[in-house]
Amino acid sequence: METVLAFVIGGLYAAGLYMLMRRSLVKLAIGLALLGQAANLLIFTLGRLLRGRPPLIPPDATALAGPYADPVPQALILTAIVIGFGVHAFTIILIKRAYQTVNSDDLDDFRTET
Amino acid sequence: MTLILPILIPFLTGVAGLLVWSRQPVQRALSVVGAAGLLGAGLALLASVWHEGVQTLQVGDWPAPFGISLSADLFSAIMVVLAGTVGLTVAVYSLGSIDPDRERFGYHPLLHILLMGVCGAFLTADLFNLYVWFEVMLIASFVLMTLGGEGAQLEGGIKYVALNLMASALFLAGVGILYGVTGALNMADIARRLVQVEQPSLVTAIALLFLVAFGIKAALFPLFFWLPASYHTPPVPVTALFSGLLTKVGVYALIRVFTQMFAHDLEYIQPLILAIAGLTMVTGVLGAVAQTEMRRLLSFHIISQIGYLLMGLGLGTPLALAGAIFFTAHVVLAKAALFLVSGIVHRMQGTYDLKKLGGLYRTQPVLTVLFLLPALSLAGLPPLSGFFAKLALVRAGLEAGEFAIVAVTLGVSLLTLFYMTKIWNEAFWKPLPEEGKATASSCPTVLWLPLGLLAALTVVLGLAAGPLLTLSLRAAEQLMR
Repeated sequence: METVLAFVIGGLYAAGLYMLMRRSLVKLAIGLALLGQAANLLIFTLGRLLRGRPPLIPPDATALAGPYADPVPQALILTAIVIGFGVHAFTIILIKRAYQTVNSDDLDDFRTET
Repeated sequence: MTLILPILIPFLTGVAGLLVWSRQPVQRALSVVGAAGLLGAGLALLASVWHEGVQTLQVGDWPAPFGISLSADLFSAIMVVLAGTVGLTVAVYSLGSIDPDRERFGYHPLLHILLMGVCGAFLTADLFNLYVWFEVMLIASFVLMTLGGEGAQLEGGIKYVALNLMASALFLAGVGILYGVTGALNMADIARRLVQVEQPSLVTAIALLFLVAFGIKAALFPLFFWLPASYHTPPVPVTALFSGLLTKVGVYALIRVFTQMFAHDLEYIQPLILAIAGLTMVTGVLGAVAQTEMRRLLSFHIISQIGYLLMGLGLGTPLALAGAIFFTAHVVLAKAALFLVSGIVHRMQGTYDLKKLGGLYRTQPVLTVLFLLPALSLAGLPPLSGFFAKLALVRAGLEAGEFAIVAVTLGVSLLTLFYMTKIWNEAFWKPLPEEGKATASSCPTVLWLPLGLLAALTVVLGLAAGPLLTLSLRAAEQLMR
């Protein structure tokens, strides 16, 4: 599973960076979103992947025994997803407003001096 | 309790401001009161840290390292006081210079949300929490940057947003890898566990990831291009606030992360940091010299000053870090003052273009003095604050035997003096050119007050350099421990 995820993360980073280097504004936004998702998956994978080992203490014990799925990375990812959602929503509105002002989707047109 | 106040006060001010959304006079009053409260809380925090040592607070009473800890050493407390000072001056200045449209769309509450994010970043002891505070600060700054929706603002905003989001993604990846390696998020806990990690090359790679992520936010060479593209577009008080605080949060995070967590790797990275510091200083000041628009010129100069702060980290001795801390205080105040000057100049003559300005020396003697104090202080003339800050850094450099960076420092100071004389000659000394026009001969007092305070502080910082350097040295020793 780790191997598959490693390729997925690598693919997401590559795709995100590729999109960032395009000139289109919309692709810039997509690239930023992909980079954020890649970082989230990276945290998820590095938190060790374990199946069917919830971090619950059985009723007859006082501490967790053996390997268990770490809940902290998932909490981190959840926070990062929420933040990312807000930020990307802002980015999309910003891009829409910029498109209306400059009347172009091409970043090369964004160089008026003031 | 004093520890949580610098976060709580801006938060409550921001929320209260949102509750009275349609009543601008109430928002304005709240904004000034809240900013004054933040400065007071910062000073109280500094006093208690000075007398009682490092303050920590376990949020929600979860014991460290499981819960999120807040912690304030002298360095954090000094930074919070600076945030309060800049916050207060900008809040007062905004009363006279922000247009009603921006006020109607929540300018004042946003200002305080930004201050909350900045103070949170200074006070947290948890790496992921630092990321969250960075995002709070960034989201508020995104809106402040683009509020008003002028074409230039939107264009600058896109560059600013894109590069800062990329830096955030890198920072987040760094936090994730670090958690995977150490299983901890509390910075002190990470530092303890990093020593036992068996792959030192991996730790160095993580350290470099943080260097790039914070380097973008702090506008280091060669990652600074978003700053001159965007900082001159929003209204002057916003630029003053950004220049005073945002890049400094990046530098603060660099110093915090490298002295606390990667202290063992610092040996490998220090030459790299010193090289970046030198290049940042030189490119920033050369970029500034080439500009003719006052705010763009000042924006480029922010970058050059960041190099000095980084130099303190690169040398890594207590004296160097103390110099960097003192320099931060100096540059935050002097730089904000110069941006406020540019705002008043714009009100007097209706432009930021140095070619169309002139004659202010004759008509505005007070403004001339208020420009000269921070300008000469940045150039490093005694007895102003910049001189002592640079003296400490230069001495630390000589003691460490890093003569190249010392030479760069002195050369860049000379260029700073050159470009300050450029503003002086163009805007103040030469007669008003024909295409220029005087649009106003007086300004509201709310614009003069904050500028006067900042200019006076640059003098006070110079006159009280002895005790303040002692303070910085103690802060640096706390960092090195």
